Amino acid sequence: MLKAQSITCVRGDRLLFQDLSLQVHPGEACQIQGGNGVGKTTLLRILCGLSLPESGEVFWNAAPIREDPGKFQSDLVYIGHSNGIKLDLTPKENLAFALTLHSGAPDVSIDEALDRVGLSGSQHLLCRVLSAGQRRRVAIARLYLSRAPLWVLDEPLGAIDAAGVEAIENVIETHLGQGGMTVFTTHQPLRLKQSAIHTVQWSH
Amino acid sequence: MSGLSAALIALIRRDMRLVVRHPSDIAHPVMFFVIVVALFPFGVGSDPLLLRTIGPGVIWVGALLATLLSLDALFRSDFDDGTLEQMALSGHPLTVLVLGKVFVHWCATGLPLLVVTPLLAGLLGITGEVQLTLLGALALGTPTLSLVGAVGTALTVGIRRSGLLLTLLVLPLYVPVLIFGASVALAAEAGLPTVGHFYILGAMMILALALAPLATSAALRISLN
Repeated sequence: MLKAQSITCVRGDRLLFQDLSLQVHPGEACQIQGGNGVGKTTLLRILCGLSLPESGEVFWNAAPIREDPGKFQSDLVYIGHSNGIKLDLTPKENLAFALTLHSGAPDVSIDEALDRVGLSGSQHLLCRVLSAGQRRRVAIARLYLSRAPLWVLDEPLGAIDAAGVEAIENVIETHLGQGGMTVFTTHQPLRLKQSAIHTVQWSH
Repeated sequence: MSGLSAALIALIRRDMRLVVRHPSDIAHPVMFFVIVVALFPFGVGSDPLLLRTIGPGVIWVGALLATLLSLDALFRSDFDDGTLEQMALSGHPLTVLVLGKVFVHWCATGLPLLVVTPLLAGLLGITGEVQLTLLGALALGTPTLSLVGAVGTALTVGIRRSGLLLTLLVLPLYVPVLIFGASVALAAEAGLPTVGHFYILGAMMILALALAPLATSAALRISLN
């Protein structure tokens, strides 16, 4: 279970949010809502432990994530605003590196993951020549290769076409069905048939 | 632990592959080094004795500036494309991963500098034992330059156009390496024992090897925050 308790975040001299709390239980999805610039990405980075909040604490399975970041991070997949891929590597090389870096033991092969995000024909091209949506799909392919229970996704649907959105909805649904958790931001509606999405929303 | 060594090897292989796909990244600092050193005889005249005396200093300053020039590339692209935050979230100690990146940086800049040094030393009339001493000093000194430079790069990677700040941060720490590195060859030229200089250069490298990765990973986390 992921729990954030009275998080306050200040950037420069601007208060982004104050006393924000949220809980995500196994099988639940949590959508962070708000307009541009309210601090959604910042909140996601705090939940991952990349940024530190001004005050408040994030707990993973009742232990503060600061206590054992290594243990927490091995349970986490974070797809950030940047795709986290090298443009001078092929999709396959990128995924192979990501897999070794995160010590993953996936159920599906890299080829199969690329196939599922619709990149099987482009796996030997450099990511530099792929479109924005295809690069996003390379990042999304990491979801298929992961067995981590917590997914934190920052705008996963950005630049993705309708068919891709449906595939992402399906993979998230499957993940939640297996007792996983997802925290995400999106400006497009994400339709999950089985699972409920609870939302966290604030504005200035 | 095997997960960590696999991750480290994968990181080194990835960075090596990126270097191979962008050979200009290697060529740029080396070309700069060659040009700086080759221009000196035109500037100061072709008196062989003078060139032999200032030669080691010129080569060291050239190597130092070439390293400085290459530093920004160390973490910049990883920072921009988000792979750095993936490394920070990998569950592996960032200190060890940083060491892998610095190793590749040295292979791509320090090592090519060493390779062209005999040529440039010959150009300045530095030959025989003095040239070997100079090479040995560079071999011990350039890893220190990469390691210390990584700390400054990590601190400034979040800032656009950080070149001047990086120079101000790193250059004072480079000066001791320069002093001992360049004076080795002068001592050899004068027929004095050089072992003391080598001990100091070696000590500086070991100190940098032990402390710089810790400082670099802490600085990267601050830059990512």
